[in-house]
Amino acid sequence: MAENNTGTISERDGFIVTKGKNKKQLQCDTDSSAGCVSQRACVYCGARVVLNPVTDAVHLVHGPIGCSSYTWDIRGSLSSGAELYRNSFCTDLKERDVIFGGGPKLTVAIDELVEKYQAKLIFVYSTCIVGVIGDDLEAICSAASRKHNIEVIPVESSGFIGNKSAGYRAAGDALLRLIEPAEQGAVEKTDTINYLGDFNLAGEAWIIQNYLREMGVKINVTFTGDSTYETLKLAPKAKLNIIQCAGSMIYMATKMEELYNIPYVQISFLGIEDTATSLRKIAAAMGDETMIRKTEELILRETNRVESIIKSYRKKLEGKKAAVYVGGGFKAISLIKQFREIGIDVVMIGTQTGRAEEYDTIDTLVDDGTVILDDANPAELERFMMEKGANLLVGGVKERPLAYKLGVAFIDHNHDRKHPLSGFEGAVNFAEEVYTTVCSPVWNSLRTKGIDKVVKDHG
Amino acid sequence: MAERALNEVHVRNVNENPCNMCMPMGGILALKGIENSMVIVHGSQGCSTYMRRHIAEHFNEPVDVGSSSLNEKGTIYGGEKNLRQAMDNIIRVYHPGMIGIVTTCLAETIGEDIERIISQYLADKHMEGFPVVTSSTPGYGGSHFEGYFFTLKRIVMKLAEATTKHNKINIIVPNISPADIRELKRILEQMEIEYVLCPDLSDTLDRPFLPTYTKMSENGTKIVDIKGMGGAIATIQMGATIDDAISPGKYLEEEFGVPLYNIPIPIGVDHTDLFINTLVKITGKDVPESLQNERGRLLDGMVDSHKYNFPGRVAIFGEPEMVYSVAKTCLENGVFPAVIATGSQGGNLNQLLTADLGDRLEESTIVVETDFATILAACQQADVNIAIGPSDGRYLTEKGNIPLIRLGFPIHDRVGGQRLLSVGYTGTMMLLDRITNTLLENKYKSYRSSMYEKYYQKP
Repeated sequence: MAENNTGTISERDGFIVTKGKNKKQLQCDTDSSAGCVSQRACVYCGARVVLNPVTDAVHLVHGPIGCSSYTWDIRGSLSSGAELYRNSFCTDLKERDVIFGGGPKLTVAIDELVEKYQAKLIFVYSTCIVGVIGDDLEAICSAASRKHNIEVIPVESSGFIGNKSAGYRAAGDALLRLIEPAEQGAVEKTDTINYLGDFNLAGEAWIIQNYLREMGVKINVTFTGDSTYETLKLAPKAKLNIIQCAGSMIYMATKMEELYNIPYVQISFLGIEDTATSLRKIAAAMGDETMIRKTEELILRETNRVESIIKSYRKKLEGKKAAVYVGGGFKAISLIKQFREIGIDVVMIGTQTGRAEEYDTIDTLVDDGTVILDDANPAELERFMMEKGANLLVGGVKERPLAYKLGVAFIDHNHDRKHPLSGFEGAVNFAEEVYTTVCSPVWNSLRTKGIDKVVKDHG
Repeated sequence: MAERALNEVHVRNVNENPCNMCMPMGGILALKGIENSMVIVHGSQGCSTYMRRHIAEHFNEPVDVGSSSLNEKGTIYGGEKNLRQAMDNIIRVYHPGMIGIVTTCLAETIGEDIERIISQYLADKHMEGFPVVTSSTPGYGGSHFEGYFFTLKRIVMKLAEATTKHNKINIIVPNISPADIRELKRILEQMEIEYVLCPDLSDTLDRPFLPTYTKMSENGTKIVDIKGMGGAIATIQMGATIDDAISPGKYLEEEFGVPLYNIPIPIGVDHTDLFINTLVKITGKDVPESLQNERGRLLDGMVDSHKYNFPGRVAIFGEPEMVYSVAKTCLENGVFPAVIATGSQGGNLNQLLTADLGDRLEESTIVVETDFATILAACQQADVNIAIGPSDGRYLTEKGNIPLIRLGFPIHDRVGGQRLLSVGYTGTMMLLDRITNTLLENKYKSYRSSMYEKYYQKP
């Protein structure tokens, strides 16, 4: 239960709508308002999330220790080979460096790392103060590139230059630099696709790659789950880009279409419905009859396999209400459908960095009365979860204890999860997780009368 | 004893896997232990979110922290507007009794004068009496450990007043667990000693489940009690390693003449005896028999376990204060502290350890301001077989096959960090049992096969 003495913040009005009640367009994709206790992280975070899964790169944070410390190996991206990405390297700037400049330290840091790890690729992340003290990252990185004959790519991710989405763009720019062919001229195409916006959390990209392999689709490279310097370099050769996490990758996809003539389709592998639709979309885009037939076979087989399991969970979950607060729009959209598959309605839904077109889609999908909100804060989550009678919340680490304190079940849909939520396997895992938390016996203990505070009529 | 200080041997330009966090993190923790207080991090949005995430994961509690969400404009023209807006919104939603403002790299580098901004704000709003504690905590100025004590000093400086003398003892604690704080309170209550314990996050960050959730806890050190700290009979500060410059106890001594007993965290027989004896010395109270019995039981347990402990070669890392007391406890029990390390500056840690380590057969490796790559190398060189410290030490387990006893902050990959009890005689026994049992588990795991490999020859 929640208290009811909360003041509301007028700046936030435009970011919250109730479907069917107000006609106004939801505001989104702006900077967070001060003091609103936004759940968002920063530009650096956005960039690091996207780039970190590149497994054989050195990820070097140019700045004071905090930014590096808070992002060390906390995400569940898996690798089939290199493990270098699981380290957090930092120039650990001190007061002296802030006064006299951190450039020299960065140069030596790169030298030391190249010597120790012989990496072919180093991403150098800019943090807030680097943007202020004016270290010339571009010059330092390009000098280091020449000196060591490797790629040293600056990532313009100073925390204050925007919100998390600006970080996605910064990562996109870094990746575009990386994949730019050394020689001018037309890129020789192969009969392959790139898979954008899967970070191989708990092996999710591997699951999807297996489906595509079965269909006869050849994957060129995944951005960026389990990717490497060598595989990323081949990116321009693909004939098609499929994008899952559009929030982080739509910029890349647009740019790649412009530069390398690679068209893109948006897909999502969350839930049975979206997985099946996405696989069909890919087969259709590749346009091969055998592929289309194999795809249908795969969908039929997998749907048959998982449907009965999901139905059994549905029986237990029918009629429950879900609140959703996740990072990006694509996840939110898929979750609405995925919840429907298990008989649950979404009564509150929001994202940290959803885009206007994604919110439009959300609006068409949800029922009247559903609260839609952008860049929410704990007070709003609490208020709407309670008002709407949500039985569970989907969110990240910070939201979890709030749900629990309110006596509400919780689904971890964050980057540190240890089980896959993608594809048909993921749909089963998801239903199971919802069941595990919504139908847990612990909630019964919370509802018992409890102990008597005062002893009456003893003896 | 001559220690080898690895970090002094070579100039280090890269921090490879951080063993510390940044100053504002410590500031938030200290402020979270004060009654009805809210925190605003003056900087870009990501700082507060990262820290909230870490704190929430350790305590499994909702952790609401505001941010002034500095953007490009605020960075160039100053963040006054953002900070004022943050104050407005935090007051509106949380109705705090006090606000703490910690700065970040960004705010300090652009030279924000928060004292001025805040006094102007309070004057404009006719809120002159409202307590706002400002703490200058740039990420490059030190670690979360220094940030914690410095902010605590700022809290005391802001609130403590010249007041009539009373019989309470100020108990100033470092970043120990809620369970530890509750244990200290139990001991004090057993001895019938009046005290003000600061900061007290035993309830604010380890709240019971209640039918109604409130955003703010009613507990924490009472502001009125902090005001009275200047009139206390004495201060016991568990900050043996800290510099006077960040010492709240030193401030109370110099400003109000409150005698300071700066002692280590009462973990281990010696350190707990020192705590109890100091209490006796200040108050002249008897030590109750129950406490004597706890001590007797600890001694009994130490004897029972001593042979199992002897093969232990331990690496201890984390915040200097915790590291010091744990090292001492290991020494008392014949567990050899082979590597003693902190990512923080260390203060008097080196001196204290040198005195305690004395002349031993083997030298310990002591490293300050270090990282996990350095700690791992030192562990491997010294054949370490057990490690004690926060969760990030799992790196030592993964890379060096060294079992980790989780202790300190943050513990993010296991539950119950907030419930770990290690202070006092009873807490020491619980910690020691964890050490002994880890060593035993290792022995049982391997002795059959290792003896077989060593001695068995085919007849």
